[in-house]
Amino acid sequence: MAILQVKNIKKRFGKTEVLKGIDFQLEKGEVLSIIGSSGSGKTTLLRCLNFLEFAEEGTISVDGEVIFDGKARKSLKDAEIRKNRLHFGLVFQNFNLFPQYNVLRNVTLAPNMLKIDTPENIEKHARELIERVGLTDRIEHYPCQLSGGQKQRVAIARALAMNPDILCFDEPTSALDPELTGEVLNVIKSLKSSDSTMIVVTHEIEFARDVADKIIFMDEGVIAEEGTPEQVIGNPKNPRTQAFLSRFNQTFA
Amino acid sequence: MNDFLSVTDYLLEGFTVTLELFGLTLLLALPIGLIICFGSMSKFKPLRWLVRTFVWIIRGTPLMLQLIIVYYGPGLIFNAGLLPRFPAALIAFVINYSCYFSEIYRGGIESVSRGQYEAGYVLGMTKTQIFFKIVLLQVIKNIVPPMSNEIITLVKDTSLARIIAVYEIIWCGQDYIKMAGLIWPLFYTAAFYLAFCGLLTLLFGYIEKRLSYFRS
Ligand SMILES: Nc1ncnc2c1ncn2[C@@H]1O[C@H](COP(=O)(O)OP(=O)(O)O)[C@@H](O)[C@H]1O
Ligand SMILES: [Mg+2]
Repeated sequence: MAILQVKNIKKRFGKTEVLKGIDFQLEKGEVLSIIGSSGSGKTTLLRCLNFLEFAEEGTISVDGEVIFDGKARKSLKDAEIRKNRLHFGLVFQNFNLFPQYNVLRNVTLAPNMLKIDTPENIEKHARELIERVGLTDRIEHYPCQLSGGQKQRVAIARALAMNPDILCFDEPTSALDPELTGEVLNVIKSLKSSDSTMIVVTHEIEFARDVADKIIFMDEGVIAEEGTPEQVIGNPKNPRTQAFLSRFNQTFA
Repeated sequence: MNDFLSVTDYLLEGFTVTLELFGLTLLLALPIGLIICFGSMSKFKPLRWLVRTFVWIIRGTPLMLQLIIVYYGPGLIFNAGLLPRFPAALIAFVINYSCYFSEIYRGGIESVSRGQYEAGYVLGMTKTQIFFKIVLLQVIKNIVPPMSNEIITLVKDTSLARIIAVYEIIWCGQDYIKMAGLIWPLFYTAAFYLAFCGLLTLLFGYIEKRLSYFRS
């Protein structure tokens, strides 16, 4: 059974409908990559999954259980929202690390606050995660002492520390200098081999082709094309996808 | 009564009043300013506009005028008796400084990015946890520099209470002009302000340094 099932998600801001009915599903351990031009609704979709925005219509199911239904969104309690959020993790474009805490504290803060385990186990797990993103030598550093790529790797460790079922990335490398994107993409790649379920919004087309099991091309709030990387990137059917990809090849080739 | 030591003694008496006015204003205006700040950020529009208009009026008029209004106003408008001088001065100072502080708090809170809250939310934290564990220290760090400016201004502003004859240090210094034709005691008051402001500068410098280990 699919770990995530998203049905007919619609979201508007004022008069503009930003998501016009999004459907997709994701199996456990799969990596989904979402591409599409700026303004097509990719960020909004991730924010709906993490309940930073609430879709007006549609349902979100995790492991077969409907955890969100747009029709009932007004009656959702704060505690339910928080519980639902724990199914998902989100890595932001601009990291949003907590500046007053060092790397270790950034990773352990939420698990300790939510008491998901004993403090000893939480710290042990945090150290393992920090090791996995290659920052053991920076464990006592504060965010202002880290490069952008290092900050983003801490942000990934911080998200993993809550053991989310599905980890979402919103353009994790677009705030980075080009020479720092590799280290972050490599960490994401390494998570794939450890069977994490991930949704990665990215403009790194080559990366998407390389890591994703499935690609979604979004255009003006709808899924214009979806399929395997070979289908969507290698052999796009939709003219909008073709136009988007050829623009990319021009700018980034 | 005009040698250095006795002048110092007398001015110290005035400076005690200055410090009382300073300390009590701070003690009351810091929390009241926070309440005003929440009012000025309220989601309830009428309240927000009421509070912001009030703050605008207080910040847009001279403190000296506010002192005179608090002292003479109740008598003129309601035919009530005059308030005692010190409490009247204290009320005017607390109102005035609460408004300034509220704006500093608001600036400090608004300068913490939405991303900080959202990072807390997606990790499953409650609003309260986010405020106390993530936002608060960043706000404090942000407001220390403007707060220290404002507090040091308050030290010197207390001299305005002289306008309604509160016997603070300037008033005492001026006494010597009337009583003994001496001007130097008035100039000498500057030393008291300087010493106290110097102390505060050191204190705030220390706090800033303690918080310099991170940058938000
Ligand atoms: N909070 C908001 N209020 C109003 N409009 C918004 C808001 N967030 C996003 N939008 C609009 O929704 C559209 C999709 O935005 P977004 O999801 O950020 O796209 P993408 O991430 O694909 O660039 C854009 O037109 C954007 O201006
Ligand atoms: Mg976006």
